Amino acid sequence: MNDSKKVIPLLEVRNVSKYFGSVIALRDISMQVNGGEVTCVLGDNGAGKSTLIKILSGVHPHDDGELLVEGHSVHFGGPRDARAAGISVVFQDLATVPLMSIWRNFFLGSEPTLGIGPARRLDIGFAKKVMREEMGKMGIDVRDPNQPVGTLSGGERQAVAIARAVYFGAKVLILDEPTSALGVRQSGIVLKYVVQARERGLGVIFITHNPHHAFPVGDRFVLLNRGRLMGSFAKSETTLAELTQMMAGGEELERLSKELEKMATEPELEQVARELAQEAGGKPG
Amino acid sequence: MSVASQPVPAPAPSAKEAGADERTGGVRLIVRLLQRPELGALLGAMAVYALFATVDATPGHRFSSIAGMQNWTDVASSYGIMAVAVALLMIGGEFDLSAGVMTGTSGLLLGMMITRYQLNVWVGIVVVLVFAAVIGAMNGLLVIRTKLPSFIITLATFFVLRGVDVGVTKLLTNTVRFDVSDHAPGFASAQAILGSTFLAPYNFQDAVLWWIAITIIATWVLTQTTFGNWIFAVGGDANAARAVGVPVVRTKIILFMVTAMSAGLVGIMVALRFKGIQSGQGVGQEFFYIIAAVVGGCLLTGGYGSAIGASIGALIIGFAQIGIIFAGWESDWYYTFLGVILFLAVGVNTVVRRRASSARR
Repeated sequence: MNDSKKVIPLLEVRNVSKYFGSVIALRDISMQVNGGEVTCVLGDNGAGKSTLIKILSGVHPHDDGELLVEGHSVHFGGPRDARAAGISVVFQDLATVPLMSIWRNFFLGSEPTLGIGPARRLDIGFAKKVMREEMGKMGIDVRDPNQPVGTLSGGERQAVAIARAVYFGAKVLILDEPTSALGVRQSGIVLKYVVQARERGLGVIFITHNPHHAFPVGDRFVLLNRGRLMGSFAKSETTLAELTQMMAGGEELERLSKELEKMATEPELEQVARELAQEAGGKPG
Repeated sequence: MSVASQPVPAPAPSAKEAGADERTGGVRLIVRLLQRPELGALLGAMAVYALFATVDATPGHRFSSIAGMQNWTDVASSYGIMAVAVALLMIGGEFDLSAGVMTGTSGLLLGMMITRYQLNVWVGIVVVLVFAAVIGAMNGLLVIRTKLPSFIITLATFFVLRGVDVGVTKLLTNTVRFDVSDHAPGFASAQAILGSTFLAPYNFQDAVLWWIAITIIATWVLTQTTFGNWIFAVGGDANAARAVGVPVVRTKIILFMVTAMSAGLVGIMVALRFKGIQSGQGVGQEFFYIIAAVVGGCLLTGGYGSAIGASIGALIIGFAQIGIIFAGWESDWYYTFLGVILFLAVGVNTVVRRRASSARR
């Protein structure tokens, strides 16, 4: 996993480990994020995805290894440091406040103001204008800036959070399971925004446990399992089937398919068992 | 308003905004008005006013006269100042059940300092406000640290203060009242600003002006400033607010401090106006503040509401309290009346919340 390109990556993780007491949450993780690329971090529950995000976004400090932003080694003291370095996280459900209007959500925590002293106030006109423009860039026409975010669809809510992160200078955008709570259509919409962010030159880290969502938009794939790096591939080096198989752990899928086969009295279940066996890598059982 | 259910396209009042999306044709004025949290309270206030103006049994229809206005603004202002502060706190997602008794504690503290220790009244006022700020900060810190509902924490504060109020007063005066001597240095100037009247023949209470000023300031803060944005955010979704860098803890503690300091101000006004204060002052009033805030459109769950709405809620309480007396009814019906109003308001608020937090498509 040495540098294959001469370009300095926007964000680089080098042999990073993280311990919580005696628990090894992450061991020896390395990955690179380049501008204009989507790096997918795949892993099942408990693989260490959340820990990795928290290190990248400054919530937890890393214990071993190195974190490099545009080639410079950094130690984040908190989320503000990470944001200042251009790393923004869009959390799945923590993205927005439903009862607040779109423009208030957009600028929440970084409000534009006019005037000084006691006359200092929100620049509401500016906020609404910018919000409209930025949402427009994502292909969403906001009719009423005062509309509460809660009345938007799940995909649009993610779009607000993404547009906000991009506007506030995010160079690296971390999307934490953006599709996990969404239906098929809404997931598709979010994937569209992921591609849009990439087109605008951002380095996108797309965290998911769904390879079917990751594969179509990803340029690189980083697989985690039980806190370890299982593999790191460019898109040309792998296939959707391979990713799926590695993610679930080939052996486990094989075992599952065997068990299902034993229980299978119905043809449908047999079919599922066969598919599992296939996904487990086509190795002779 | 029956147009909404008809398929025939109604003439859009905001035709200028149309053209962006043919599905909705802009945001209608009515829809925009219905989005205001205080609209329900305003309509309610008009209805309640009309009701008591009609049933008024006093000679010369006192309720709808300026003298009547003096009566109901007096009542409304004493609730209104606190209702506004409590509304901000509720929008920020917290309760303060100690807000009522805190007015008594503050007034008593002022009385103690002036009468027993002969302090200048203005010095006493500053000490009371600082003391109130400390109590508020303690409420806030306890809520944050213990992660317990503010309902429980401030209920405890309420009972502690209630006991202290009576206990200390009895200990020091052998009565249940602290007199405030009008010979104390600074009393005249302090009373002129905080506990006197204006508009000579009618004699409106100073508190009315304070109430109006505080409503305007609170509305400004809430809708026009960064801090106001944070208030909505910490009440609407504290985790989301934290995630985008809003100082959630600081915002909530400031809100608790503002509530307690408002109670301090009200206590000071009562003590100066009546030249003394009872040790049971303020007990039970916290519920009126919450009623006013909820009637004014605040959601019990936080994240939504308005300061003007809370003031209108206080006005409704003023109408009801004075109106029932003027109508010649048994005054105990006042509570029943407020109970019914509260029911109606919560019903309306629930619908509003459901509208605001569910997807339109």
